[in-house]
Amino acid sequence: MKLRVLYFARLRERFGMTEEKVELVGSTAADLVAQLQARGGVWAEELGAGRAFRVAVNQDIVTLDASFPENAEVAIFPPVTGG
Amino acid sequence: MKPGSMKIVIQTDAFDLGAEVNAMSQGRTDIGAIASFVGLARDMNEGSGVQAMTLEHYPGMTEKALATLVEETCARWALLDVTVIHRVGRLLPGDPIVLVAVASSHRGEAFAACEFVMDALKTRAPFWKKEETPEGERWVEARVSDNTAAARWDELP
Repeated sequence: MKLRVLYFARLRERFGMTEEKVELVGSTAADLVAQLQARGGVWAEELGAGRAFRVAVNQDIVTLDASFPENAEVAIFPPVTGG
Repeated sequence: MKPGSMKIVIQTDAFDLGAEVNAMSQGRTDIGAIASFVGLARDMNEGSGVQAMTLEHYPGMTEKALATLVEETCARWALLDVTVIHRVGRLLPGDPIVLVAVASSHRGEAFAACEFVMDALKTRAPFWKKEETPEGERWVEARVSDNTAAARWDELP
């Protein structure tokens, strides 16, 4: 399925992009994270086991077992630090 | 709460606490209490000086997340008005970052709801701080104490 994936804060800087189109093999947040991890380098490092990050689908934070609707706006970002 | 009386704003400009609080009570006499909180940029964090910070956010999701948490707040306490203003962009030590003001008939609801909004905002609203220090730039890491502060509301009445 086709997704638009946005990155914020430290992840945006480390991945060197604000957003990209991803053709996902699978349908869940866990599938996307695994596909991005498989790129190796900073992707494997930042999204690897024990690293804290959040996934949002259409602007709501979800758990990794969440399924994506087609053409979803997905975002991956570090735990928030506002206020 | 009257529909549409909550105010949620993301802005780069500074805000005026007095003006926001006055705007809440202007033209009405049913409010008995307004509790407010203002968060400021500190000059020190994690043992090093902070010369400036830049706040980034996720436009769209930020407004949605804040509206959801204010709706939850209004469902939990009897409130008459809520204002949340959060700044983004580059801020200097001493600059105000965030304002939460809550109006109700009595102080108990206002105090509790104001604190709840801040605790929820800290863990759920997509803002990120990057600090400029003498050692270079660094992203602020989320604190475990923020999750603890937000989670205690799940247990409180």
